[in-house]
Amino acid sequence: MSSHPIIEFKNVSKRFGDTSIFNDFNFSVKENEIVSIIGPSGSGKSTLLRILMTLEGIDGGYINVNGESLWHMPWNGSYVPASNKHLHKMRDHLGMVFQHFNLFPHMTVKRNITEAPMRVKGLSRSEAEKNAEDLLELVGLADKADSYPNDLSGGQKQRVGIARALAMRPSILLLDEITSALDPELVDEVLDVIRNLAKEQRFTMLLVTHEMYFAREVSDRVCFFDQGRIVEEGAPEDIFTSPKEERTKAFLNAYLN
Amino acid sequence: MEFGEIVSVLLQGAVVTIKIVAMALPLAAAMAFIFGLMRLYGGFPLKQLAVVYIEFFRGTSALIQLYWIYFVLPLFGLSIDAMTAGVIALGLNIGAYGTEVVRGAISSVPKGQFEASVALNFTPSQSLRRIILPQALVGMIPPFGNLAIELVKATSLVSLITIADLTFKAKSLADMTLQVGEIFGVVLLLYFVIAQCLALCFRYLEKRLSKGLGRGGVK
Ligand SMILES: Nc1ncnc2c1ncn2[C@@H]1O[C@H](COP(=O)(O)OP(=O)(O)OP(=O)(O)O)[C@@H](O)[C@H]1O
Ligand SMILES: [Mg+2]
Repeated sequence: MSSHPIIEFKNVSKRFGDTSIFNDFNFSVKENEIVSIIGPSGSGKSTLLRILMTLEGIDGGYINVNGESLWHMPWNGSYVPASNKHLHKMRDHLGMVFQHFNLFPHMTVKRNITEAPMRVKGLSRSEAEKNAEDLLELVGLADKADSYPNDLSGGQKQRVGIARALAMRPSILLLDEITSALDPELVDEVLDVIRNLAKEQRFTMLLVTHEMYFAREVSDRVCFFDQGRIVEEGAPEDIFTSPKEERTKAFLNAYLN
Repeated sequence: MEFGEIVSVLLQGAVVTIKIVAMALPLAAAMAFIFGLMRLYGGFPLKQLAVVYIEFFRGTSALIQLYWIYFVLPLFGLSIDAMTAGVIALGLNIGAYGTEVVRGAISSVPKGQFEASVALNFTPSQSLRRIILPQALVGMIPPFGNLAIELVKATSLVSLITIADLTFKAKSLADMTLQVGEIFGVVLLLYFVIAQCLALCFRYLEKRLSKGLGRGGVK
């Protein structure tokens, strides 16, 4: 694993109206690192991913992705807020899988996966379809290419969601509680897909999760968030077996019991 | 006057009414989309322009709008024939109500659909065309159907700027023959039939469109 940081937050602040979510927030992720983010509800976990996916702006500080500023661009020797064109370019590095799948209901599974590669990346239909077939194979849904999302189970939908994100070949994959909307018996089929991806170590992954065993198993690093700060971070063994901070202990206790 | 004769005269009027509807409806739909999208996504000054259009045409009387276009604009050197004036006035008026239909249907597409299109790096216009509008369209059809019927009813206003539509024919027949019962009975029936035919078209359209949205439909 290279030590080059692919994501860097520097003194980032983020507010919603009067509520401050992040204040002077610093955080970095190395290339191909798999980082799990855990923490109580409202601590800013989703906001962190949404800022990276450019779904939310920031109010202060800088974020670098792949060595380039995400929300700013150089102009006349200084930095100005990013243009749509700059954001469009930066999004190329990033992919996201959503808690509620957000599949396109009017398109078949295959078109859900091929639409963006064709329209955004300019792949030919045959290339895009070949990729979609491979990805559907990967997530175990080769036989569902012509189904519509509403005819799939939750677990199947989410596996399509993963395939759809992967089809854009992001180098950073953002996963926001991708199993929390699923019935318990469907969680494993989705986590298995992520386990396999994690083994290959081809992407940087940032995953917000409430599945502690899973976080422990796949991550290189676990960050415990509370009130917009990283209270404690470290190797999964350390965080889960010997947390140092009281708040981490309390949170994990509440979870594991 | 014989009943058959009355019916045949009124049918001529009905044809004119249908013609006006057929021309004003596409205009209204175009206005609804253009100004509805401007209202939703336009920056300054497009959004403000849309608001002015919408509030003006919804907030003033359709008859006065018609009079303006037909009687007042010529004073400024812009004269148009009665038929065109009628189509424009009705199209703009119903279109202003249509903007709310477009806006409402687009706003009711779940936010997650916009977010997924950003995450997949679609441009705003791609996401509107390929992701949002196909889902919003189905929801627009029933309220558009209602507006189409409003339009049919509003066409009777054009009789006041000398267009020989159904209402115009009915009134002149009534003045001439005094057989008001038969005449207005037939007129009611004809308006009702026109409206029902339109309603039927819109129901068919709705069915067709929701078919394209996958077997499960949009949830
Ligand atoms: N669009 C928004 N407008 C206003 N407040 C928001 C918005 N999005 C998030 N918040 C607030 O920001 C805080 C952090 O939200 P966030 O969704 O990041 O938390 P989270 O850690 O993901 O929580 P959860 O585990 O419940 O998903 C919360 O207090 C939330 O209410
Ligand atoms: Mg969240």
